[in-house]
Amino acid sequence: MLPHEKISQTLRDARVGGRVPMVAFITAGFPRADMFQEHLREVCRHSDVVELGVPFSDPMADGVTIQRASHKALESGVSVRWILEQLEQMSPPPEAPILLMSYLNPLLAYGLDALAERARKAGVCGFIVPDLPLEESGPMLQSITSQGLALVQLVSPVTPPERIGKLCAASTGFVYAVTVTGITGGAAAAAENMLDYLDTVRASASIPVCAGFGIRSAEQVSRLSPHVDGVIVGSALVEVMEKGGSIGEFLDSLQPA
Amino acid sequence: MPVELIETPQNEDLLRRLIDGSLPDQFGRYGMFGGRFVPETLVPALERLEQGMREHMDTEDFREELRGQLHNWVGRPTPLSPAPRLGDAWGAEVWLKREDLAHTGAHKINNSIGQALLAKRLGVKRIVAETGAGQHGVASAAACARLGLPCRVYMGEIDIERQAPNVDRMRRLGTEVFTVTTGDRTLRAAIDEAIRDWVSDPKDTYYLLGSAIGPHPYPLLVQRLQAVIGEEARAQMLAVTGELPDIAVACVGGGSNAIGLFHPLLGDRSIQLLGIEAGGRGNALGEHSATLSHGTPGVLHGNYSMLLQDANGQVQETHSVSAGLDYPGVGPEHALLKTIGRVQYGVIGDDEALDALNECCRLEGILPALESAHALAGARRWARENPGKRILIGMSGRGDKDMPTLRTLPI
Repeated sequence: MLPHEKISQTLRDARVGGRVPMVAFITAGFPRADMFQEHLREVCRHSDVVELGVPFSDPMADGVTIQRASHKALESGVSVRWILEQLEQMSPPPEAPILLMSYLNPLLAYGLDALAERARKAGVCGFIVPDLPLEESGPMLQSITSQGLALVQLVSPVTPPERIGKLCAASTGFVYAVTVTGITGGAAAAAENMLDYLDTVRASASIPVCAGFGIRSAEQVSRLSPHVDGVIVGSALVEVMEKGGSIGEFLDSLQPA
Repeated sequence: MPVELIETPQNEDLLRRLIDGSLPDQFGRYGMFGGRFVPETLVPALERLEQGMREHMDTEDFREELRGQLHNWVGRPTPLSPAPRLGDAWGAEVWLKREDLAHTGAHKINNSIGQALLAKRLGVKRIVAETGAGQHGVASAAACARLGLPCRVYMGEIDIERQAPNVDRMRRLGTEVFTVTTGDRTLRAAIDEAIRDWVSDPKDTYYLLGSAIGPHPYPLLVQRLQAVIGEEARAQMLAVTGELPDIAVACVGGGSNAIGLFHPLLGDRSIQLLGIEAGGRGNALGEHSATLSHGTPGVLHGNYSMLLQDANGQVQETHSVSAGLDYPGVGPEHALLKTIGRVQYGVIGDDEALDALNECCRLEGILPALESAHALAGARRWARENPGKRILIGMSGRGDKDMPTLRTLPI
């Protein structure tokens, strides 16, 4: 199975009983670089797919929580190279499929071909690049598809319907349906038209659709559940980690009772 | 001195396409530079803006309205002043294109009023803008007041402290000034924050970007609105002297005033073009903001251009005595113009710029902005190497705003 198929299959398999498949985001090396492997293992035990955030100096799509985490991780010396080294050191490897979520520039600086090759060897299954719209993704796609890795496309509530189809067709791993018009960590809307939008995305996609941005309660998760194949939790988890709370307890608490 | 165009067929072709308007291409590319690297949420907004430019900017109605505002409110055309005493001192014939005499004190107003007119036609409900030194913020505040549009300006905490008079000006003009306490708390963080605001309401909010940077179509939009500088200067030079200058010199931060002066002169191959970046305190990363001279290619604020970054692709802090040049990126058209050799780019440090500022004050009775002083110093250096030439300098703004900084520096 190719790495990108592993992501899709894991999400499909995770839908058992009332359980909602969960994609968990953490900023790599936050709050402590020396605890990274331990934190990652705990996240893997309580979620199905993990997004590792690569810190960037100018995170323009992120709210204050991830900005703060990103800044702190950079101060601790976290980089693409550091993250890959950490993953290479982990034995046994992390239990859940892993994606790197990064703004484009740190990936360009590493070199796209070298990155794709090393990432696959380190067990990474795909990438999410929030400032790389489909029209600009040619070079990135070329590098990572040759390694069988996923490039997850994001769709937003303001994406026109015909564009949604194009993005869903181009996406691999899963489709990232952004649930708010705005930055990460904002107040999530789950108004009726939001559910209609999610239904539209899902109808256009042949791979799982996961909803993210602003998700922080079991109540939200259960309302979204019939309309998506998984939910993504990011800022809320980073906040729990920032306060030293329990990763496992928090992630488990998001599952509908 | 001949223009040092690197004459490969490929570079010739890129220059020809830049001049005839077929660059940027449909993807917003200037050769390898430019593009549109933004979150998906902003893609429809940028497509609407691009379509709006096509629908409105070339109509006689829009052009008439813009011409009227530029003439009756901005005070255009701005004069082309001979600078005979500077000329004597340098051994050259010196002409200054006086954007410092435009309303609100700098070239920024050309762009702000133009984009505000466009925004109004697009039917948006509010404007957001970023500012570093405060000049683009003041220009946008004034343009929004003029057209009755609500405006919010993002400004870094550090810039708010060092540019207090401009903060007060913006507030009096009815604009809400929002203090940015994240990131580097200067221009770069203000742009990040303005983009975050815009992402949250891309339908009803218009982002009035102040420099020739950002995702397509902003670099093109800003170039078109600032081209009035070069078009006027070219016509004025011909009217007064009957000839074109040997060289045109402008300072480059993001590069809006320089692209405004240079773009209309690109086809005049006899005119050498020289952009001057801020050398700050030295050549080490973090000590300057000379992006084209010391940077490497990368993506920041929505476009692929040259960038001051470390080996991991993290954008670096910059320094210049001039807040308007203190930016780690540069517009994609400049990156192309450097690559193909049509424009040369030099570096002037804080001290040399300050010395040129003082000289211009003493000899011509003009207080230039610290930004423009970099162009003066670059022109002076060139004049000494190339005696007896006719030099056109883009005087991008006036230095009144710099008095808090200048008070701490020698006369």
